[in-house]
Amino acid sequence: MINQLSNSEIEKIKEVSRKLRRNILKMVHSHQSGHPGGSLSCIDILNVLYTHCMKHYPECEKHPDYKNRDRFILSKGHVSPALYSILSHCGYIDEKELMTFRQFGSKLQGHPCCHKLKGIEISTGSLGQGLSIACGMALGLKLDKIDSKVYVLMGDGETEEGSVWEAAMNAVHHKLDNIIAIVDRNKLQIDGSTEDIKNVGDLNSKFKAFGWNTIEINGHDINSIYYAIESAKTSSIPTVIIANTIKGKGVSFMENNAGWHGKAPNDEQLNQALEELK
Amino acid sequence: MTRECKSVRNAYGNALVEIGKENKNIVVLDADVSCSTQTKIFAKEFPERFFNVGIAEQDLITTASGLACTGKIAFVSTFAVFASGRAWEQIRNTVCYSNLNVKIAATHGGITVGEDGASHQALEDISIMRSIPNMTVIVPADEKEVKDAIKFAAEHDGPVYIRISRGNLPDVIDKNHKFNYLKADVMEEGTDVTLITNGETLVETLDCAKMLKEKGINAEVINMPVVKPIDKETIIKSAKKTNRVITIENHSIIGGLGSAVCEVLSENYPVKVSRIGTNDEFGQSGTAKELMAYYGLNSEKLTEKITGLLK
Repeated sequence: MINQLSNSEIEKIKEVSRKLRRNILKMVHSHQSGHPGGSLSCIDILNVLYTHCMKHYPECEKHPDYKNRDRFILSKGHVSPALYSILSHCGYIDEKELMTFRQFGSKLQGHPCCHKLKGIEISTGSLGQGLSIACGMALGLKLDKIDSKVYVLMGDGETEEGSVWEAAMNAVHHKLDNIIAIVDRNKLQIDGSTEDIKNVGDLNSKFKAFGWNTIEINGHDINSIYYAIESAKTSSIPTVIIANTIKGKGVSFMENNAGWHGKAPNDEQLNQALEELK
Repeated sequence: MTRECKSVRNAYGNALVEIGKENKNIVVLDADVSCSTQTKIFAKEFPERFFNVGIAEQDLITTASGLACTGKIAFVSTFAVFASGRAWEQIRNTVCYSNLNVKIAATHGGITVGEDGASHQALEDISIMRSIPNMTVIVPADEKEVKDAIKFAAEHDGPVYIRISRGNLPDVIDKNHKFNYLKADVMEEGTDVTLITNGETLVETLDCAKMLKEKGINAEVINMPVVKPIDKETIIKSAKKTNRVITIENHSIIGGLGSAVCEVLSENYPVKVSRIGTNDEFGQSGTAKELMAYYGLNSEKLTEKITGLLK
């Protein structure tokens, strides 16, 4: 039985999401560089995952149960502001450090770097590789009889990479029921809509055809995100959660606009956005 | 000259079993060519630690990366042209950037792949592998050196690319020679010219040095299995002695051992360097022997070429 989140718990999560969104925008604004659109579309997922579903330890190696932690791979590495904001919320990063994002000498590289920052399992940034990395981690954990999950967040445009489907086949073949993949289905990529650039189509059916357990949800509905992840934990085959989201979610002028994929807001835009996210 | 030749691919498979017995963290991955790469020897011994990812080289490399993240030492194998080429970006961005314990033991390197022809003859792999930060690149010459390289790779922290030949090769490295990845081996001392080589062309170069001696040319022969990190000291020391350097490799003259030697000498002790290898061209079908002769890499052709170059 999966417990429902209480209304007050959901309200708390939403409040945290607003803070995370504000931090994402401030980070991208601080050095006028980064990817706000996709960060805002996946942040509710990362919030629920890190605060309610995933077994992880901000003290890293110092924690006695560290080797049994769940793993997280940000396959869509360009939404690093989303990851850094949740890592900061969980205590991996000092909140003040967020404003060094993308600056020379910062631990917060443009795309996550595992040698510079605790809490990053592997450096990412090149699309199409995370699901395959997850397969390897899942195999390694099974070899060591460690009962942990491997979470991987992908973009929907990213599924245009053929290597995603090599991995999709691999995960099912090797019965990797410890993988929970999440696709941030915001329907936009740099050049426009995923349907116009290269029709991504019905991802649910595609993964199902590859032998995956699939769950389709509204990726901004806190309870749905929680329920989907918790039910995926008990699946006997690899699970993919197709999370329908809105690129730029939470900021009126950024929503559903491909132009905000990799563009920083100016001072005025930042103030307006922060006002909307109060 | 006829000699007893041994399968270096078998040597690889057997070496995997040896290190696999000692270290439970050794895992092996292949992409549907385990019978050719001989990783099947390991698969038979340790089926639970062997993973065939099918015909999917990108998945091969990134799955190995994930395994490495969980503390495994992942040896991956397929043909050199696919191992280095098809998954280059995975090797750069995932294996090397994260500095993971992924050891790419690529078989079927060089022109000597033979009958399969140009599509399967890796002539650029050393070039594209050595340009990636954190990567170590080794080209072993015989059974012993393959085993030494595999043992080294298992103990070394970080990615390694090992290029293994398709064919059978004679023993050329002294049984008592201790493999040192930071030190090249001066196998013949000479004063007229320095010949630097590795892999399959080592035995040809040693034979060539004998033929040159008959012509009155005293060649120094350096075996340089580790192309990166390159042993600058041995190269410079020999160049100072001979003032003339020739590199010989079963690889394109662009970007491989020859280029690496030129980089060292042009910055430290500029002497004339000639590079012998395949030129800016693709290979073709033929027996390994025919192709070595056609591309000027057997001992007779090398002797002819080098005699001309030294005139």
